[in-house]
Amino acid sequence: MLHQMQTVFGEETRTMFDAFHLLGLLAEGTGHQLTEIEDVALVFKVLGLLVVGAPVVMFATLGIASLLRDRPLSERVIARCVQTGIITGLIASISMLGLMLFWNDTQVPIEFGSWVHVKDYHFVFKFEFDKLSVPFVILTFILCGTIGAFANRYLHRERGFNRFFVLLSLFVVGMVTTSLAGTVETLFTGWELVGLSSALLVAFFHERPAPATNGLHVWIVYRVSDAALLLASVALHHMKGEGDFDKLLTGEWPMVGTPLEPNQAFFVGVLLLVAAMGKSAMVPFSGWLPRAMEGPTPSSAIFYGALSVHLGAFLLLRFSPLLEQSIALRGLIVVVGVLTAVFAYFAGTVQTDIKSVLSFASLSQVGLIFAEIGFGFRYIALVHILGHGCVRTLQFLRAPTLLYDYRTMEDAIGERLPKISGAWLSRAEESVRTWYYRLAIERGYLDSILKNYIVYPFLVFLRRCDALEHAWTKMLAGNEPSKKAPTSEASPTLEELL
Amino acid sequence: MSELHFPWLEMSVLLALIGAIWVGRLRDQFVASRHSLFFNTLVLITTVGAWIDYEFINPAGRPPSEAQDFWNPLTKLMGRPVFIMDPLSAPLLSLVALLYFLVSLTTLRTKIRRFSFAWTLASEAIVLATFCCESPWLIIGLLAGGTVQPYLELRARGQNTGVYVKHMALFIAMLVIGQSFVDYEGSEGPVHSLWAIIPLLIAIFIRTGIAPFHCWLSDLFDRATFGTALLVAMPLVGAYATIRLVLPIAPDWVLRTIGLLSLISAVYAAGIALVQTDARRFFCYLFLSYSAIVLAGLEAVTPISLTGALCVWMAVSISLGGFGLTLRALEARRGRLSLQNFQGLYDHTPALAVLFMITGLASVGFPGTFGFVGTEMLVDGAVEAFPYVGVAIVFASALNGIAVVHAYFRLFTGTRHTSLVSLGIGKREKFAVISLTALILIGGLIPQYNVSSRHRAAVRILRERSALSTRPTIEEETHGNH
Repeated sequence: MLHQMQTVFGEETRTMFDAFHLLGLLAEGTGHQLTEIEDVALVFKVLGLLVVGAPVVMFATLGIASLLRDRPLSERVIARCVQTGIITGLIASISMLGLMLFWNDTQVPIEFGSWVHVKDYHFVFKFEFDKLSVPFVILTFILCGTIGAFANRYLHRERGFNRFFVLLSLFVVGMVTTSLAGTVETLFTGWELVGLSSALLVAFFHERPAPATNGLHVWIVYRVSDAALLLASVALHHMKGEGDFDKLLTGEWPMVGTPLEPNQAFFVGVLLLVAAMGKSAMVPFSGWLPRAMEGPTPSSAIFYGALSVHLGAFLLLRFSPLLEQSIALRGLIVVVGVLTAVFAYFAGTVQTDIKSVLSFASLSQVGLIFAEIGFGFRYIALVHILGHGCVRTLQFLRAPTLLYDYRTMEDAIGERLPKISGAWLSRAEESVRTWYYRLAIERGYLDSILKNYIVYPFLVFLRRCDALEHAWTKMLAGNEPSKKAPTSEASPTLEELL
Repeated sequence: MSELHFPWLEMSVLLALIGAIWVGRLRDQFVASRHSLFFNTLVLITTVGAWIDYEFINPAGRPPSEAQDFWNPLTKLMGRPVFIMDPLSAPLLSLVALLYFLVSLTTLRTKIRRFSFAWTLASEAIVLATFCCESPWLIIGLLAGGTVQPYLELRARGQNTGVYVKHMALFIAMLVIGQSFVDYEGSEGPVHSLWAIIPLLIAIFIRTGIAPFHCWLSDLFDRATFGTALLVAMPLVGAYATIRLVLPIAPDWVLRTIGLLSLISAVYAAGIALVQTDARRFFCYLFLSYSAIVLAGLEAVTPISLTGALCVWMAVSISLGGFGLTLRALEARRGRLSLQNFQGLYDHTPALAVLFMITGLASVGFPGTFGFVGTEMLVDGAVEAFPYVGVAIVFASALNGIAVVHAYFRLFTGTRHTSLVSLGIGKREKFAVISLTALILIGGLIPQYNVSSRHRAAVRILRERSALSTRPTIEEETHGNH
């Protein structure tokens, strides 16, 4: 039976069968049975399956229930489901970390077999637990759990409560898959899931046009980023015949090398950098980050303060051996990082709402993390990500009660809090200050530049082609218009969305 | 040649024809709708039966390269095999039957009077027969026959038929001219002159909607019922004609050149989809972009690109079919849909919103859906065949993804649409929604069966054209690897 299933559905069936078998043994709960299992790899495999499987089951449960039932699940059931999924994943990932430390095994690849295998092509579903992925996945579970608990109260009786948690669980699946990916294809899968959930959560309050508009803006930038990652994946396939990290990157993170030539590494590295820049809102793609604040505060915290915004940096850390091969590439990353940090600092100082201020503060830190990666400080960058993610989540979650917090503090100290202003700027001339203010409030005109020089000409060209087609069709039809129902009046066009 | 255990192929075509005659005699459209659904169900069962029979015809081995019906009544009548099942057509027949079944199932009462069930069954018979045929002239005859039903519908709706008739006339003329040259040069070997190939390619370009021969399709979507337009477009009959009529005779360099044009067309159609303000036209261009992508994959003629193209063909038919049905269901509630305004339909039909998103994303090869692996393989194969231009597929896919989400936001977000009647999803639609979602997700999560089946079909196609190809044949490649 197992053999037949394996033949039809692939090797993952066998892995799952093994895992369920071991789960059965563990469920019996006797210590000596565990010692009988000499295969440590199987223990890792079960834990790996739990780390990845718990969010998947959580998402599947909420998603299928939403689709099949006429009414969504109750808030209590949804909260319990999310709680169970995240706590299971967290315990499994912490256990994984404990066992890795106990057995002194700092790199545990877990292969779930070939997802697709035909001659000349295979698609392996593989996860990699190492010094980079395990901290990141634990951070994911901790922060998503915190956000889940917060949102449970924050969005109480909100009409989109169920939708929020379905998308949050999709995000967790995406984050876990990206963090643990052992192949470029697996990483790409998670990367896309994170992008989709982000865009849909930005548009969460969808009765107003602005969130939908901003959600589309986020999605457009993410598609550019996804395209760059897909191209990098294709390029790696062509250079080395496969996208498995253990073939592209040799050794254990962070002391890894790569068999790629410097020029190959530069080419792939540039594509990865573009992907990372889109995902982490680096200059010139920074315009989407403040727009993304249209979403509910819990999702802003988790996406743009803590996890999603760091994914670009994570990608560069994962492929850091490629960066080692090319000084030019590292220089480029440093320049992008520093430019973004400076830009975000200036733009952040003139923001008038707390979420935008925090988003630019996040951006400046992510810019610094990029610079650290460019300089080769991998551990510092990782620790920076972990620390920054936690602090920023806390700040975002406190943001709705900021005025209350200030008042409490002022009551406690008995006077007004001191105003902090840019002392160095007050010494500048009026015209310089005005110029600086306009530049900062317009966010460096980055959106306008992209819109006026790339998006608008592209759309104008397409509209002209469309008009030509209409004229051609009309001519073929003997200048007789089609008898179709009238459409409603005109409203904002696509470039107005950007 | 192997034989199936039952005359499934002939039975499926016959049932559709009988159904067309039977339903055509009914005066009451509501009764006709129910009877049509019954025949659609029977046809679906027979095609699925044929597929299962074909897959398990050899007790302990792979399916045969070709199989024909049990008893072969049509073969005996014509003196040569007419309906044949091979790795390419085996799942396509079920796919076609499923699309017709779902279109029939989800035709709402408000649209029943405008939709001809009898002609739809007749067109199903023609498409099924086309997908069972390998004989060029028979395929050409059936392709020509398939152009009649949309024409009659346009006439019945009082719409202008100029664009459609001119394109279809050119399509049939080019098919006939090209195939006549092929027959004329037949004895001189497998390589044919451009006199034979170019007319056939123009015909294929018209049927698949490669720019600049695509305007008839956008016009058809504008003027015909959505159901009919969907059924004309979705089974990708043009791609099938490419495999049967062009791939066996065209040398590699011709295909590569045409492949480049297809890639340009894919990006162009994706871009035009982005600026559409009407939901039907948006859907049409989305389809045209994928039709061109599939054609580009077929014309790259590498094992991976062909396998990818065949996988994307299946995925696009299911996902864009579902996407079209969702739009059709929304249209049935709101009339022609404009993408200029936010329609605010989410709260009325959350299930349709979810299906819209799933099918739309599946069509652009989103991870975890049916199209993902196929798109990856297609990109890989296209980049191998067209090292720099192959990345156009990635751009087309990115643009299509943006267009889908743009349309989603336009249709489902915005101030809640107020309606005096319930716009909620009906039971039939819910069944279609859940079946398609399940198909898309299961196909995406367990892709091995589909990919290996498409790979078998690709290998067979490549083997058939090995005499024309400058690349090593499948046998040589296998031998070399050993």
